[in-house]
Amino acid sequence: MEIGLVELSRLQFAMTALYHFLFVPLTLGLSVLVAIMETVYVMTNRPIWRQMTKFWGTLFGINFVLGVATGITMEFQFGMNWSYYSHYVGDVFGAPLAMEGLMAFFMEATFVGLFFFGWDKLSKVGHLVVAWLVAIGSNFSALWILIANGWMVNPVGAEFNPETMRMEMTSFFEVIFNEAAQAKFVHTVSAGYVTAALFVLGVSSWYLLKGRHIDLARRSIAVASAFGLASALSVVVLGDESGYSASQTQKMKLASIEAMWETEPAPAAFTLIGIPDQEARETHYAIHIPYVMGLIGTRSLNEEIPGIAQLVEENVDRIRRGIIAYDALMQVREARTNGEEIPSESRFVFQQNSVDLGYAFLLKRYVDDPREATEEQIQMAADDTVPRVFPLFYAFRIMVALGFTFILLTGYFFWRTSFRHMSYPRWALWTAVVWIPMPWIAAELGWFVAEFGRQPWTVDGMLPTALSASHLSVSDLLLTLAGFTLFYTVLFVIEMSLMVKYIRKGPYQDVDETDAWQQRHRARLSTRRNQSPIAEPAE
Amino acid sequence: MILHDFLSFEALRLIWWGLMGMLFIGFALTDGFDMGVGALLPFVAKTDTERRLVIHSIAPVWEGNQVWFILGGGAIFAAWPPLYAVSFSGFYLAMFMILAALILRPVAIKYRSKRADPVWRERWDKALFVGSAAPALLFGVAVGNVLLGVPFRLTPDLMSIYEGGTLMKLLKLLRPFALLTGVVSVSMLVMHGAAWLSIKTDGPVKDRARRIGTLAGLVAAGGYALGGLVLAGFVDGYAYTGAVAHDGPSNPLYNEVVRQGSWLSAYAERPWIIVAPVMGFLGIAGAIMGLRAGRELTTFLCSKVAVTGIIASVGLTMFPFILPSNVDPNSSLTVWDASSSHLTLFVMLVGMAIFMPLILMYTAWVYKVLWGKVSEHDVNEHAEY
Repeated sequence: MEIGLVELSRLQFAMTALYHFLFVPLTLGLSVLVAIMETVYVMTNRPIWRQMTKFWGTLFGINFVLGVATGITMEFQFGMNWSYYSHYVGDVFGAPLAMEGLMAFFMEATFVGLFFFGWDKLSKVGHLVVAWLVAIGSNFSALWILIANGWMVNPVGAEFNPETMRMEMTSFFEVIFNEAAQAKFVHTVSAGYVTAALFVLGVSSWYLLKGRHIDLARRSIAVASAFGLASALSVVVLGDESGYSASQTQKMKLASIEAMWETEPAPAAFTLIGIPDQEARETHYAIHIPYVMGLIGTRSLNEEIPGIAQLVEENVDRIRRGIIAYDALMQVREARTNGEEIPSESRFVFQQNSVDLGYAFLLKRYVDDPREATEEQIQMAADDTVPRVFPLFYAFRIMVALGFTFILLTGYFFWRTSFRHMSYPRWALWTAVVWIPMPWIAAELGWFVAEFGRQPWTVDGMLPTALSASHLSVSDLLLTLAGFTLFYTVLFVIEMSLMVKYIRKGPYQDVDETDAWQQRHRARLSTRRNQSPIAEPAE
Repeated sequence: MILHDFLSFEALRLIWWGLMGMLFIGFALTDGFDMGVGALLPFVAKTDTERRLVIHSIAPVWEGNQVWFILGGGAIFAAWPPLYAVSFSGFYLAMFMILAALILRPVAIKYRSKRADPVWRERWDKALFVGSAAPALLFGVAVGNVLLGVPFRLTPDLMSIYEGGTLMKLLKLLRPFALLTGVVSVSMLVMHGAAWLSIKTDGPVKDRARRIGTLAGLVAAGGYALGGLVLAGFVDGYAYTGAVAHDGPSNPLYNEVVRQGSWLSAYAERPWIIVAPVMGFLGIAGAIMGLRAGRELTTFLCSKVAVTGIIASVGLTMFPFILPSNVDPNSSLTVWDASSSHLTLFVMLVGMAIFMPLILMYTAWVYKVLWGKVSEHDVNEHAEY
């Protein structure tokens, strides 16, 4: 297997996955925001909220279709480009993907058509139910995808079967209630909510700056800032949960993100910033904050977090045990092929060491038969288990810094909305407009940290990335890479142009909704009490 | 988990073979008419309003329909991982083309009417046509190739190796028999799409759809019959040489397979499966008569029977094979040696048992809400489409 092929396959997967995730977070969050707006409409019966639902719904639709369409690529790419991976873990990994279709995506996609076409075919409550079903479906979709993704970093509830040469499920409950998956799910979904909130906030701010659609914009800001603040807070808190979970299950990823070269006495310091140097295994010009890392990672003052050097040492041992497992596996397989009885000793030895089998596969990069690996090769394979620290270190820090800006921004707008009569200074409105792309940057960096940080594994400790790829030729990959790049770029330009067009255009018709409502409101009061209203409506 | 022992591994494998068939048929019955309508678009609609009518007939439902395809993919991954691994990587460029088409189609439906510019709309019309006709053809070509056998082999580590260079792999798929099955697939789905259009539209669009649908039905029947003759006379079948453990480990290399006899010998072994091709022919006949007589519902039901029969006949004829290899028959994947583990099949069955009835219920409800002909008034109400 050529390395070039694996690198190209990774590039293609990374590209299509990051592209898919340009649309997903907005779908996740906007579906909920639109459903909230429609709920207000159904409860208050005020046309302005219907107008808001329809307007944001249109933007949701433009975005949704590309999320769905590019999602098909994701589902099919495992088989197309990662066929050995698909064979090796399909028994476990395929189940949540199929469940996603059954439980979530079917619901979301079936009702989304009704959301757009059902306005005059359904009762108000009926349409509201449809809107919520779309939102719930989208979010459940994310749950199942992240259960699958979480299993890749923390492969629980499965064991290797030598007869079928693959991982097989031993407990579906462990796969579902995998702590890594749960932490990822809440973190990812709230990141989606933040994205949508900042999108609504930014677009509405732009309307206010232009003096257009004031009623719609102010109400949208009210909803988005409250929803956004809650989500931005949870994205940071739950990201911390993610970090705690990582310290339990993904030690190497955590150590790499933090550039913790050596194990430090507990509680470890947090490196705020510095220049990690992988060769020398040290971080230059580092600024440390004492205790913080130990607190985040272990939630205690006396537990140590292992550093990279120590983890590499441990991995040398695991590779040695992996070789023993590999040897036993070969004996088991040989006996099975020859129709002999499988020696119970080999089976026993295999079972004792099978958890480390994947570590032997790391040697396949250097030698065909891991049993013939030299000491030097074992050391090289152990060094390979360290991902590249520099990009992880910075991607993570930028993501976190952005996360805090989201709290500040939504918090400020929430405060102005609640206590300053919904009046916003121009600088804040401009900031909100400029900040629209930032949640996307944070989300993409988050995925980069999650997936790049898992290297060199596709399934942590079980299957190396280099072994997972399909047996394709480099020219296959170059063709599809060129195809995807061209096709996706064109689609992106079209999508952006439509988004901009529909944002510029604004809601379909700018009825003076508030006046109309006030008149009706007065009329309602007068018929009910048979007298003209004294108090102006609060709004 | 002890529960899963209540159903034997063998029974589960058989049930999942049936469920996969159901998912493929579900896909063809629902998304099939979307593809048929898309392929018919340039021929049944001459003005922008007519085109919008045609698109409007599928616009509210295509998203849900397409999930049959996505669920089918996920179910193959979960229930038959080896098939997923071998076929998706083996048909690499063809899969890429299907993907591109399946991305293009929804985008075309959704974005076409977002601008009034005629050039913009014309381009999306073309995209919708290609995005509908190409997958309809390619799915058929894939079925033909599966019947002929596919050039892959499995290493002892069960890694699949597919022979040939980049372009040869693609061109070799276009064997005459595979092209024939491709034609059957396209004409069958065009007929199905015409049946849908005759329910959802009126006037000139409906008249054109009925004419083209009749023609497509005749082509489908002819191609299907011809395909059967070719299978009888020119294509070798596959068979196990010895007894096969129906509850053995999922490792194709443990069983020996040879290429011999004909696929159609299945009809001698299991005569009852003749039901499927009979359904295919009768369904087409009924659909053609219905189209000519203008009986909308009968037409659509007959068309459904035809699609069900034709797809089922392929699966029933090949059973227990699901992906035979023509370069290394021992690598062939079958129901008995290419499934997931006992537990995974059981868990997924529970998932299907809970959610499939729900899906069918709410899908039926959505169709009921949207029932009725699309009128110009509807199209104008929804400026978006």
